[in-house]
Amino acid sequence: MHGVRTRQLRLSTLFLMAPAIAQIQNQPDDGQWPMPAKNYASTRYSTLDQINTGNVKNLKLAWTFSTGMTRGHEAAPLVVNNTMYIVTPFPNVLYALDLTKPGAPVKWEYQPHPSPASQGVACCDVVNRGAAYYNGRVYYNTLDVHTVAVDANTGKEVWNTKLGDINLGESMTMAPLVVKGKVIVGNSGGEFGVRGWLAGLDADTGTIAWRAYATGPDKDVLIGPNFKPFYESERGKDLGVKSWQGDTWKIGGGPGWSWISYDPGLDLIYYGTGNPGPWNPDMRPGDNKWACTLFARRPETGEAIWAYQLNPHDVHDYDGINENILLDLNIKGQTRKVLAHPDRNGRMYIMDRTNGQVITAEPFAFLNTSEYVDLNTGRLKVNTAKVTGFKTVRDICPAAPGGKDWQPSSFSPKTNLIYIPHNNLCMEFQGVQANYIAGTPYVGANVRMYAGPGGNRGEVSAYDPVNAKTVWAVKEDFPAWSGTVVTAGDVLFYGTMDGWFKALDDRSGNLLWQFKAGSGIIGQPVTYKGPDGKQYVAVLSGVGGWAGAVVAGGINTQDGTAALGFANAMTDLGKHTTKGGTLYVFALP
Amino acid sequence: MRKLAAAGIAVLALISWTLTSCQREKRELRAAPVRRAIYGDAARQSELQPGGPQTEPQVTNPDHANAWSISEGQRLFEWYNCVGCHSHGGGGIGPPLIKKHWIYGGQPANLFDTIVKGRPNGMPAWGGRIPEYQVWQIVAYVRSLAGEQPFAATPVRTDELEQKPTTIHNKVQGETR
Repeated sequence: MHGVRTRQLRLSTLFLMAPAIAQIQNQPDDGQWPMPAKNYASTRYSTLDQINTGNVKNLKLAWTFSTGMTRGHEAAPLVVNNTMYIVTPFPNVLYALDLTKPGAPVKWEYQPHPSPASQGVACCDVVNRGAAYYNGRVYYNTLDVHTVAVDANTGKEVWNTKLGDINLGESMTMAPLVVKGKVIVGNSGGEFGVRGWLAGLDADTGTIAWRAYATGPDKDVLIGPNFKPFYESERGKDLGVKSWQGDTWKIGGGPGWSWISYDPGLDLIYYGTGNPGPWNPDMRPGDNKWACTLFARRPETGEAIWAYQLNPHDVHDYDGINENILLDLNIKGQTRKVLAHPDRNGRMYIMDRTNGQVITAEPFAFLNTSEYVDLNTGRLKVNTAKVTGFKTVRDICPAAPGGKDWQPSSFSPKTNLIYIPHNNLCMEFQGVQANYIAGTPYVGANVRMYAGPGGNRGEVSAYDPVNAKTVWAVKEDFPAWSGTVVTAGDVLFYGTMDGWFKALDDRSGNLLWQFKAGSGIIGQPVTYKGPDGKQYVAVLSGVGGWAGAVVAGGINTQDGTAALGFANAMTDLGKHTTKGGTLYVFALP
Repeated sequence: MRKLAAAGIAVLALISWTLTSCQREKRELRAAPVRRAIYGDAARQSELQPGGPQTEPQVTNPDHANAWSISEGQRLFEWYNCVGCHSHGGGGIGPPLIKKHWIYGGQPANLFDTIVKGRPNGMPAWGGRIPEYQVWQIVAYVRSLAGEQPFAATPVRTDELEQKPTTIHNKVQGETR
């Protein structure tokens, strides 16, 4: 009797606590926004609910801030201790704005003065995806491969560490994640034949504690005795060498320009590596490990725990760098610790994050390049008709920027849906000889992109990760190249490349409110509680990035192969928006 | 005798026509390794010249209007990965070349300087890597992209991916900037 009662008590306690504490997606929220993905689980969900589906139509502009720059603004503003931090595209100025004063004047600005030559090795506009706040400092990367630590109160540089070399084609655009005193960063340069890496820097001193390469022998990849991948194909010694021909792994890409998530319970960070180089796959026979691979690593040592190659021998530039949203879900009666990864290949991978097992991998975007993921072997079944090489292949969907590129999704624990901003693009691909000359592009492909079925180039959709299906989708004329953010007020925010900042009902996808910004929006919206207790929504406008290079870079679209083929799909963007970076902040009156 | 003279005149005319009109086919079989690297006042970067304009020393491209050089320039443009940044003239990482507006000047001497010395915002300095005669060939090709080569010397079509009209989302072509 006594025992039964205890069990009942335990059960009821579990039922009460399960939604509130046990699930990783229910993160504590103090109304601030300390990292681009909001929290370690990368949900981009805010518990603020002052702005809701009923009153969002009254949303008004509160104040603005001009960055004075004309390239793509992809960063998320951070809000910590009543201060907003903004990183600009090259030359990567960091602004601190004082939210306690009317109009949020500049508290300080920090100029890292990156090398102007670094602009020549930035494949897809000179963007920066933001900073991370941690223990009184702001950490971010500069285009010329430096990581800097800046005192959050004074704007003084604390340390500045050079991590790579622009003369090897390396650059940096990603936002760091700071975990257990390690600032985790990675390089860009998959179009320059770099050797990809992710590194952990000591947050206090900036010294490099570890560096995990994406190619090469196990000791360089930080694969050791604790490496236990789920699938047979990921097991074996030095696969980062053996899955390449000769020494090509040394210039094989797999850059770490990734979103990183962290599970404190399992003590694992999750991220994916970029595409192998060059794009022309006939120049790199083999599986090309560990490009296009999801890794789970220990944050303090970088040690690999498991890996899963999403696109073995990638033939379409399907980088694996997209976000990994950490969720605890009830799937088929079992609570599974999963990560949700909407990949460039157009599939939403729901994976067991404890071991790297694929649970489902269904399409979230139109695709014809693969048929399915074999759940026994983990291997993607590729459609051989769409395999590229020294030939021209047409009607490849999704195109090189993928079903979805870097633009991050959000997840609401209220609706249990993932809100994916994505593309609807197809391409033709002609593989040609690529010459490796250090510091210059190493691509070997002429590409032309165009709108996928339906003619709309973008889409925002709500995906149910438990039942592995899309619940609703809203078409966008241009690729949906901004992040999304979702709130407890059931409002979903995102921006479009033609400059509309939109609020949708997160259950139906119905448009509730929109505002036309000065330039196209490719940034990451955030929402925070101001010092006055009000909820604010902020986003950077300023078109650019790979998709917007047509406008920001003055591309001539008579050449459809311009901007790695994106120009062909974006010939009309200049009629809809002009360049220029401005921060917009909204609130209810 | 008169017939002979007429034939002689015809042959002379043919020779002179060949010499003058077939400039576009001229081909230097062994290029000099070094020509002129320093141009003094040439390739000015500013129209503003204190005290009034001075005579601009003219630097001509030895490969101007030469079809073989232009096609060699096109090949080298791909081989040295210029195409990776400038695409087939439309630009990307680097600025477009299908245009009449040049950031650092569009005269052959400016383009030669741009390639050899590099430019501060990302253009690599190729001096010491690309032989000068090849630089001139690339200059000749780049100017052909902007329509600044005689039509007779410019390749009729390029080797790049052919456009498939049905797959173009928007048939409106961008304007030449």
